[in-house]
Amino acid sequence: MFGWEFPPHISGGLGTACDGLTRGLAKHNVQVLFVMPSASGDEDQSAVRIINASDVAAFETREEARQLFEKVQFLKVTSNLIPYLGPDEFEEKVDLEREKEWNEFRISFGQKFKFSGKYGKNLMEEVMRYALVASAIAHKNQFDVIHAHDWLTYMAGIAAKRVSGKPLVVHVHATEYDRSGENINTQVYDLERRGMEAADRVIAVSNLTRNTIITRYHIDPSKVITVHNAVDFSTVEDREITRGVPEKIVTFLGRITFQKGPEYFIEAAYKVLQKTKDVRFVMAGSGDLFNRAIRRVAKLGISPHFHFTGFLRGEDVKNMFAYSDVYVMPSVSEPFGISPLEAMRANVPTIISKQSGVAEVLRHAIKVDFWDVNAMADAIYGLLTYPALSAMTVRCGLEEVNALKWDNAALKVKEIYESVTEEK
Amino acid sequence: MKKTLCLYFQVHQPYRLRQYRFFDIGKNHDYFDEFTNKTIMGRVASRCYIPANRIILDLIKEFDGAFRVAYSISGIALEQMEQFAPAALESFQELARTGHVEFLAETYSHSLSSLISPRKFKDQIKVHVKAVEQYFGQKPKTFRNTELIYSDTIGEMVGGMGFTTMLTEGARHIMGWKSPDYLYVNALNPKLKLLLRNFRLSDDIAFRFSNKSWADWPLTAEKYAGWIAGALEKDDIVNIFMDYESFGEHQPASSGIFDFLKAMPGMILHHTNLEILTPSQAADKHQPIAPLNVPYAISWADEERDISAWLGNELQSEAFKNLYKIEDQVRQSNDPDLQRDFRRLQASDHFYYMCTKFFSDGDVHKYFNPYDTPYEAFINYMNVLSDITLRATKK
Repeated sequence: MFGWEFPPHISGGLGTACDGLTRGLAKHNVQVLFVMPSASGDEDQSAVRIINASDVAAFETREEARQLFEKVQFLKVTSNLIPYLGPDEFEEKVDLEREKEWNEFRISFGQKFKFSGKYGKNLMEEVMRYALVASAIAHKNQFDVIHAHDWLTYMAGIAAKRVSGKPLVVHVHATEYDRSGENINTQVYDLERRGMEAADRVIAVSNLTRNTIITRYHIDPSKVITVHNAVDFSTVEDREITRGVPEKIVTFLGRITFQKGPEYFIEAAYKVLQKTKDVRFVMAGSGDLFNRAIRRVAKLGISPHFHFTGFLRGEDVKNMFAYSDVYVMPSVSEPFGISPLEAMRANVPTIISKQSGVAEVLRHAIKVDFWDVNAMADAIYGLLTYPALSAMTVRCGLEEVNALKWDNAALKVKEIYESVTEEK
Repeated sequence: MKKTLCLYFQVHQPYRLRQYRFFDIGKNHDYFDEFTNKTIMGRVASRCYIPANRIILDLIKEFDGAFRVAYSISGIALEQMEQFAPAALESFQELARTGHVEFLAETYSHSLSSLISPRKFKDQIKVHVKAVEQYFGQKPKTFRNTELIYSDTIGEMVGGMGFTTMLTEGARHIMGWKSPDYLYVNALNPKLKLLLRNFRLSDDIAFRFSNKSWADWPLTAEKYAGWIAGALEKDDIVNIFMDYESFGEHQPASSGIFDFLKAMPGMILHHTNLEILTPSQAADKHQPIAPLNVPYAISWADEERDISAWLGNELQSEAFKNLYKIEDQVRQSNDPDLQRDFRRLQASDHFYYMCTKFFSDGDVHKYFNPYDTPYEAFINYMNVLSDITLRATKK
């Protein structure tokens, strides 16, 4: 299994999902060899064996290098960023350029690449080198199925498939359309599409994402399967918090970016505040729309009741949930969305956009279209005003969240593994 | 003595609410979605009420009065019919003039008032009785409560108002080994006779008729009459009670439901020991065999046959409690618009939309529900209720 991150060092939901999935798979007797670019050594390896790609030499001998390179010749990185050829184009030039390419890869035998495992400037280069190392790992290890998480690892997955001939499953946690709206990065799109095309099965984290994969990436629907994410909450969150203000608190918590729909939250807040001043709104997080959000709030003249916290982490996130009377996730496009589940676990009634994958598995959250500011305002007002509504969503929501187990998701993934190994 | 088949059809349409946002509270008192209500009433009138009434009228003529049926039409359905589908109302009036159709009493608003307010319950029955007299020239002797909701105390109230007969469900958990196909009486007031719905034979038409995966599909009039005759070999009365909208709306005309309706009475009357009576005739004719003990309210809904479809979760309880908080103020006000809106808001349908059971037990609930989720239904209803509460308490 190729991933990009694994707890405890994570920047998003991907690492957490990989952790949950591998634990679930372990319970169903699936052994997972988890490859990541840069492991720190403090990962919990009770359910998986982790391979740190930074510790793996790409090639031991010239002969091995030749063999592998035949199979992974589609990879080409000419400078520290990107240019990228399709296999057909490449084939023509391959004999001429092979020697040159080796130099460009700066491959010497026994050399190890030092991956940062971050999401920085040289991401594309790391993606390609990760794939190269992946082919070496595929050559040295025994396995039945290759499973690659998100576009960063798809090239690694393809390389491993070419080297080993084993079936490839790619797992789509988000697409470029979720991250960027219509203004997509075409290089990322191309990588995603090639990964999906090369895969024997594509796992989508929601039907919403599955639709995107079929309509935007033109992938054969019969090989795209939805496996909803899950959560494993080990403890019940019930913390005591003393509030500084008497008013009820409505919270947005997430990156302040296009994808998360912060502006709709602000417009809904404005509508609610026209009706009642007995409420405060909090926008917790940071992002490229942060300044614009502040300006909009000021322009609407609701600053006395609208607060920004900046980026929150760890304990502060939990405290923020404990402070909240209503949690809103107005995402424009959310492949899945774990944070509503965290809010529900903290006994906070939750409003989610219908454009989120999590809306497919939750019944006891209130669902609105992200653009329907009136409906969002109405739902916020309802939760603040009608006690039976919040009581019931909290009680039933907690039961519902606790029933979403990685065990069940992992079982579906195992069935997918079984179906692709049978086909081979 | 001849054995009896008793047919009774329920006619009801609620006033569905429009999308009512909290900004509207205190400003806008227009709660109802006229377009939807008009559209639905028009559709059901042309698909069901008018063609089915035509067939019933022909049957009455054909059998020279030996074929009889009963209807209960809620007050708010009558209002909407008059407003949006007058031809349907006229066709019911034409049936009334034959003298072979019994019209029953119920609560005007198709409400759940029997569960919370005896005074409101009685008031609404009186209003409905008046409407039946006005439209159909009959004084009802038989009562059916909303969704056939019944308990010993509800029956006692109904008997106390002078009704001689009441309809309810032959719920399995109440009946045990007993058959619903006899006349029973109320446990507290033996003067009130009870006719119990035979749910198996009723649902064969209402729910299963067009279901092709049902082992007995297709259901012919002959086969069905055979089942009725079989049940009546031993028992006294088979009560077939259902929504009238089963004909042509829930079971589409293409399923052959109208042909079935045309043919079935002849097949029944072909058996010389069988007759078709209205509820009050059936109750007069047969001897009650036992009092029926129903300490907790039953109904004809869902598998549970209880009231959990309307008052089964805290959303429903909260909305229900708050609705009846303003009962006194509305009653004392001299504002006919306020009283009219309050009546319409009491329809059981609004509470049905908030039911969370449909997550699991779904298709029937979903069919009737204009909201995507019970939470949306609750928010919308509570916003309206907030406004009408302001209106009622301002007076």
